[in-house]
Amino acid sequence: MTSLTLVRRIKARPSIVFDALTTPEGIASWWGPDDGPVLMAETDPQVGGRFRVRFRMLDGSEHESSGEYLEVVKPERLSMSWRWTGGAEDPGESLVEIRLRAVAEGTELTFTHSRLHDEETRRSHEEGWTGALDKLERHFLGVERSSR
Amino acid sequence: MRDLVRVKMPGLTGSPFQRILSYMVNYNERLDRTFAALVDPTRRAILARLEREDSASISALAQPFAIKLPAVMKHLDVLDDAGLITRSKVGRTVTVRLRPEPMREAMDWLRRYERFWSKSLDRLAAYAENKEAEARKKRR
Repeated sequence: MTSLTLVRRIKARPSIVFDALTTPEGIASWWGPDDGPVLMAETDPQVGGRFRVRFRMLDGSEHESSGEYLEVVKPERLSMSWRWTGGAEDPGESLVEIRLRAVAEGTELTFTHSRLHDEETRRSHEEGWTGALDKLERHFLGVERSSR
Repeated sequence: MRDLVRVKMPGLTGSPFQRILSYMVNYNERLDRTFAALVDPTRRAILARLEREDSASISALAQPFAIKLPAVMKHLDVLDDAGLITRSKVGRTVTVRLRPEPMREAMDWLRRYERFWSKSLDRLAAYAENKEAEARKKRR
């Protein structure tokens, strides 16, 4: 499955990081691709609860994303569905998973954003096509390197 | 649907973020096709072989499988539709090659998205570290 994983070490205890991830005040201070403001943040961090965040970018464009909390285990785990709302472009639902682990300096945060596809794709995933995909990726990397 | 998607191809106008969104739409469409093509074990085997051998004729590709040539052709059609292979004909021989662009697109998307989340998580870390410092001050 195509997914993006980022790991950050944060000098704060997991419960503080967890609150930063789930409270409107916290979200308003970090959400978004540039330093434009968060215009609205709503959260209901319990399984089945929803979040909605609207932000403006420095170029003036406004965007909104929302989703449902799928897993809420304070201060360790948080999973939510994620999609763009409003506007014609709706590329479908993806999955955000966050794991917080207490470490000496504070918290190790592991963030994963993965694509969700149709049933057929999920089934094929279970059948283990990832090997083929990995090979393709390797092939591509080889091609890219040799074309430079 | 594919035509609609092409209209949404990111151009030089629009915010970077809109370009990301446009890209996601394209990416999803293409990736769905890529994944659908990869569901089948015969097609995976064909791709794995092309990955090893760079190119192969259709009859050579068909040889290890207990299926007839027309069935192999159908699999190649699916792979072709997903953009995973190219076919070129010289004389009576059709040569099949792996085409890695669909994966390239997926990786481009990942790179763009990584930038998006990296910025957010950097600010999240700064915010949480401030909160931690405040909490420690209060405790003293």
